Amino acid sequence: MLYREAGQFKSSYAEDQALFPIRQDRYGMLVLLAIAFVGVPLFASDYWLTAILVPFLVFSLAALGLNILTGYAGQLSLGTAAFMAVGAFAAYNFELRVPGLPVLVSFVLAGLVAALVGIAFGLPSLRIRGFYLAVATLAAQFFIPWLLVKVSWFSNYSASGVITTQPIEILGFVFDSPTRKYLLVLAIVCVLALAAKNLVRSSIGRAWMAVRDMDVAAEVIGIRIVRAKLIAFAVSSFYCGIAGALYAYAYLGSVEPDGFNLDLSFRILFMIIIGGVGSILGSFLGAAFITVLPIFLDVLLTDGAHLFNLSLPAGVTSMAQLVVFGGLIIFFLIVEPHGLARLWQIAKEKLRLWPFPH
Amino acid sequence: MTFFFEVLIGGLLAGVMYSLVALGFVLIYKASGVFNFAQGAMVFFAALTFVGVQEQFGLSFWPAFAVALGAMVLLGVLTEKIVLRPLVNQPQITLFMVTIGLAFFIEGLAQLVWGTNVYPLNLGIRDEPIEAILENFDMVISRFDLVAALVAGVLVAVLAVFFQVTKIGRALRAVADDHQAALSVGIPLKTIWAIVWSVAGFVALVAGLMWGARNGVQFALTFVALKALPVLILGGFASVLGAVVGGLIIGALEKLAAVYIDPPIRGGIESWFAYVAALLFLLVRPEGLFGERRIDRV
Repeated sequence: MLYREAGQFKSSYAEDQALFPIRQDRYGMLVLLAIAFVGVPLFASDYWLTAILVPFLVFSLAALGLNILTGYAGQLSLGTAAFMAVGAFAAYNFELRVPGLPVLVSFVLAGLVAALVGIAFGLPSLRIRGFYLAVATLAAQFFIPWLLVKVSWFSNYSASGVITTQPIEILGFVFDSPTRKYLLVLAIVCVLALAAKNLVRSSIGRAWMAVRDMDVAAEVIGIRIVRAKLIAFAVSSFYCGIAGALYAYAYLGSVEPDGFNLDLSFRILFMIIIGGVGSILGSFLGAAFITVLPIFLDVLLTDGAHLFNLSLPAGVTSMAQLVVFGGLIIFFLIVEPHGLARLWQIAKEKLRLWPFPH
Repeated sequence: MTFFFEVLIGGLLAGVMYSLVALGFVLIYKASGVFNFAQGAMVFFAALTFVGVQEQFGLSFWPAFAVALGAMVLLGVLTEKIVLRPLVNQPQITLFMVTIGLAFFIEGLAQLVWGTNVYPLNLGIRDEPIEAILENFDMVISRFDLVAALVAGVLVAVLAVFFQVTKIGRALRAVADDHQAALSVGIPLKTIWAIVWSVAGFVALVAGLMWGARNGVQFALTFVALKALPVLILGGFASVLGAVVGGLIIGALEKLAAVYIDPPIRGGIESWFAYVAALLFLLVRPEGLFGERRIDRV
């Protein structure tokens, strides 16, 4: 009743190709943005902003990047965290070595550096496919953090390879409080998400999907596979690079190369699988799920233990978390292998008929 | 020159240890097309169960081995029943992800049951140079490495016989070849998968014992799986022989690189060297040494 497109006629191609063709979606999106930009900063506590919302947004961006590569172009990558590391360290070095460079510019430059590195490590994808490629991307995952530690120039000769990011300042305005950092990250993520949404329905996006579905067939109908794959690697790494820069600048403040480890790569891979492979919305849903789940489990297990007057040793709680986390991943994949985005789609189908199904 | 050969042989023997882990991957990939990331966790679980049973109940080697094997078989059967069966016909990436979830689950479970301590594991083989070789050839070859190589050799031989001669083995090969065709001649796919996971559990147990005896049974055992991945892509995912030969090559290259390349750039290349070596090799042969060449049809 509420969610129905009946009566919404389209009289031009532009209307037909709008991002959100249905009015309810458009208004829903506006409400969501209004809540995110106005409501959240007004009401959310600092804990929520710094510990949940900012990492959620940063991880969404990284998941978006990985989703472009894996979900749309079909190239499985396990090196996401390494590209984030490139972004973080590139942004740090641009800020450090180029005096007066606006921070947003250095973010973009960091993304571009990550894109170049992504292309370099994407070259094997021209010959290697599937899991062979996935393992090959592990080379990036192990090589890049090693290089960042080894060449201490990257961390400005700090002893342990830890970098502490410079304050974020745009046109004299310093983004130092949690709310300001949140708003900055939110704005960047919104712009990049919009770009991604448009990118995947452009000609290159369609080329990616053709390559993903069957590369030989794509080649036969005249898609340049080399170009499509390398662009996918570049764009994906660009997103991951910016996510890495934000991870360092807006979330943690100081990072070390070893922080960008395989675990982080897997976490981001989990996000897109749980959220939905090949879906922009799915990247966000998955990021939300994986960011909130450990916190939720932590609270649940600690409180649950208090409730039953058990005093769990610290080790047990973290192990139980591991078990529940693994179990939930398995459960979710069995129940809905296509991810949360697919659930949302089903919900929309149902809503369309509600409350009078056929 | 003696030194070179000493390093080379040491590397080959270390490579055998990688092969042990890689074998488990290959078995499952061959039979069900699942890239089982949980193999490392299974190695850890098997070794920990073995040591845990020994510590808690004071069992000697063979009873503890039997209990651990029983646990691995149970794990394999349950995995097939609960995790894999509902996911038949899903894309490979989904199956891969589910095994990562499984890895978390097994790692957590193993430590919940047996605790997070580092257990020493003593198989009664001393990790010391063999004197005869030291005297005659002036090379340091560890007795333990040699035994490990022997165990791996026996294991591969047993698996080969199992696959070639027994009825179950033939069914396994048929399933590996073509699921549909195997089903249509009446091979029960579910049973076969349960068996394969159990056999992989057995391989994990052997690998876990060898690695555990070398490094102690601890959480770091799960990272052994990461060491086996370059071996896999080098040898080809679906080839038992590839796992062995790949392991030898990677082991040898890694040791040689550690001796000849590492010192000039001062360190730490073992974390990625095997991957880069395998990657460079893949550029020449994208399907690995013994992988099946893919023929693309539209």
